[in-house]
Amino acid sequence: MRVPPGVTPQDFSDAITQWRQALGNDWVFTSDDDVNLYRDSYSPFWHEDLEPIPSAAIAPDRVEQVQAAVKIANAYRIPLWTISTGKNLGYGGSAPLLGGSVVLDLKRMDRILEVNDKNHYALVEPGVSYFDLYRYIQDRGLKVWIDVPDPGWGSLIGNALDRGGGYTPLRDHFDAHCGMEVVLANGEIIRTGMGALPGSQTWQQYRYGFGPYLDGIFSQSNFGVVTKMGFWLLPEPEGFKSGTVQVPRHDDLVPLVETLNYLMNSNLVQGTTTIGSPLLMSRAARSASGGGSALVMTPGGPSIEELEKIGRDQNLAYWTCEMNFYGPPKVVEAQWEYAKEKYAAIPGALFVEGETYKLPVDPSYVDKLPKRQFGIPSLTIFGMMGRSEGHMWFSPIIPMTGEAVFEAQRVFGQAYHDMGVPAINQIFVFPSSFFPRSFVILCGFPIYHDIEKNQRSREVFKGLVKAAAEHGWGEYRTHTAFMDTVSDVYSYNDHSLRRFHGTIKDAVDPNGILSPGRCGVWPKRMRKAQG
Amino acid sequence: MKSTKAVFFIALGIAVAASTPAAPDQAQIERGHKVYDKWCFPCHGTGTGKPGTDSLAARGQKPAVLEERTDLTAPMIKTFVRQGVLFMPIFRKTEISDADLDAIAAYLTRNNKP
Repeated sequence: MRVPPGVTPQDFSDAITQWRQALGNDWVFTSDDDVNLYRDSYSPFWHEDLEPIPSAAIAPDRVEQVQAAVKIANAYRIPLWTISTGKNLGYGGSAPLLGGSVVLDLKRMDRILEVNDKNHYALVEPGVSYFDLYRYIQDRGLKVWIDVPDPGWGSLIGNALDRGGGYTPLRDHFDAHCGMEVVLANGEIIRTGMGALPGSQTWQQYRYGFGPYLDGIFSQSNFGVVTKMGFWLLPEPEGFKSGTVQVPRHDDLVPLVETLNYLMNSNLVQGTTTIGSPLLMSRAARSASGGGSALVMTPGGPSIEELEKIGRDQNLAYWTCEMNFYGPPKVVEAQWEYAKEKYAAIPGALFVEGETYKLPVDPSYVDKLPKRQFGIPSLTIFGMMGRSEGHMWFSPIIPMTGEAVFEAQRVFGQAYHDMGVPAINQIFVFPSSFFPRSFVILCGFPIYHDIEKNQRSREVFKGLVKAAAEHGWGEYRTHTAFMDTVSDVYSYNDHSLRRFHGTIKDAVDPNGILSPGRCGVWPKRMRKAQG
Repeated sequence: MKSTKAVFFIALGIAVAASTPAAPDQAQIERGHKVYDKWCFPCHGTGTGKPGTDSLAARGQKPAVLEERTDLTAPMIKTFVRQGVLFMPIFRKTEISDADLDAIAAYLTRNNKP
């Protein structure tokens, strides 16, 4: 049996015995077969000694058991790594960052405590997946929508705490939460916002309560174990419409995005929009770029003039933007008409009418809907994975401007070129507005059970983090393998923010037992070792 | 380096009913159907956007929908669930218990010929 770092075998054995008493024998996993189920299925460290494998896993069923489990860990200074559904694949899955940690698996806490379709909110436990909540709502005919990330098997709480995004107007998942219950490292429970008021009637309706607003410090952090969380839901819309604007020239991206900003920040276009490029995705453009992606601008690749000529010759738009509208049919039609009016100022702009739906649709039609835009969980995204054995994403935030997109094309093209990444491996997904008022760029890395390939991917990943930071861009979220790397570039004023995180960590978790290293936050006793 | 998981995947492609279990009881099959619908159908079911089904179809598996197969064995199913294969991840016991996994195996082998 593996033993957590810094813990004696005797202490670990005593803790295991106490966890068995508190949680039941069946929910304390120590055999290699059971513990290996907690390995990261998409680990970039497969077959390497660097792979962080846990020493054990424990799975409480209710908050009192979480309290008991944490108190035992605190008594023996045993590092716990908290997961909710453990399906944060591409970001570490169910495995800890620090090898030998004990996984605190909250999947069994899967109660949907309330769904209210009059005030439009839900209160759930960490083990509730998007599929679970969607089925619950459908089974009861409730008139609310959830917002989903691409894979539907994740936890609402886990995804929101990792600050994930989706596609509908409530796509910023942390922003859509309202109220938390948190178990602290000493086993004490707190409730945030209005939840601090005994008998509160508005825990999921007013976020802030009274006094300092703390919820943010429990996201991308290790300051507590979140055991309940409220989420605002979207009233079931009466209609949905999508429409796409196409513009012919490279420089048209600047007014395209500027207009999009106006429409989105005025709440006239809702949900995630993605910039596309039929031209750069075309076979001709890829061929001119050396057989790989034409989405980044690599030295020696085709010039903008050459690409524009391909576009003219083949009647391909240089840029597109697909927009979504949610609301009563006559309202979404008016929003689309208004968006067209605004975009008509760009010479040569063309418009493609998308699907229009009057909602709700007949259940037999659900399978044909654009699921993500309708808050319907699925696993469709995994269809793009081909023969890979996993993936991870480099995902910087850049300004929501056309100029920033051009700069990102150039910077990442240059970085790929400098690191010798062949064009075929330059997986660059165009900017999306997963969060209000900024763009996210995604650069994909397939994972294989191949040491050399994975080592190379890790090296390139770190190179992209560095290249981005040199231009003022940082990641919104990252795989456990790169949390220190990304934390390192958020270094304003000699890492004053990270030092403040450390101050909080030492105050609320003095023994440093909760998820050491998550997002670059290490407890005092490990900070020296981690440099 | 060839993946262990890939080897299992290939094994799925040339699967033979190496050991056909005794006929499972109907209650176990029905339980397995429910567990399958919750955990497996979103990837291996029918309809659009089912990457497990699409992946098997792309590799020439007929039928590509697991529920229609008659050559899966319980040990093979359990290996896939507990070890993953290609982009299918590992499923833990807090997600699919051993008893639920037995039920899935009963459901997916219900039509195997003796």
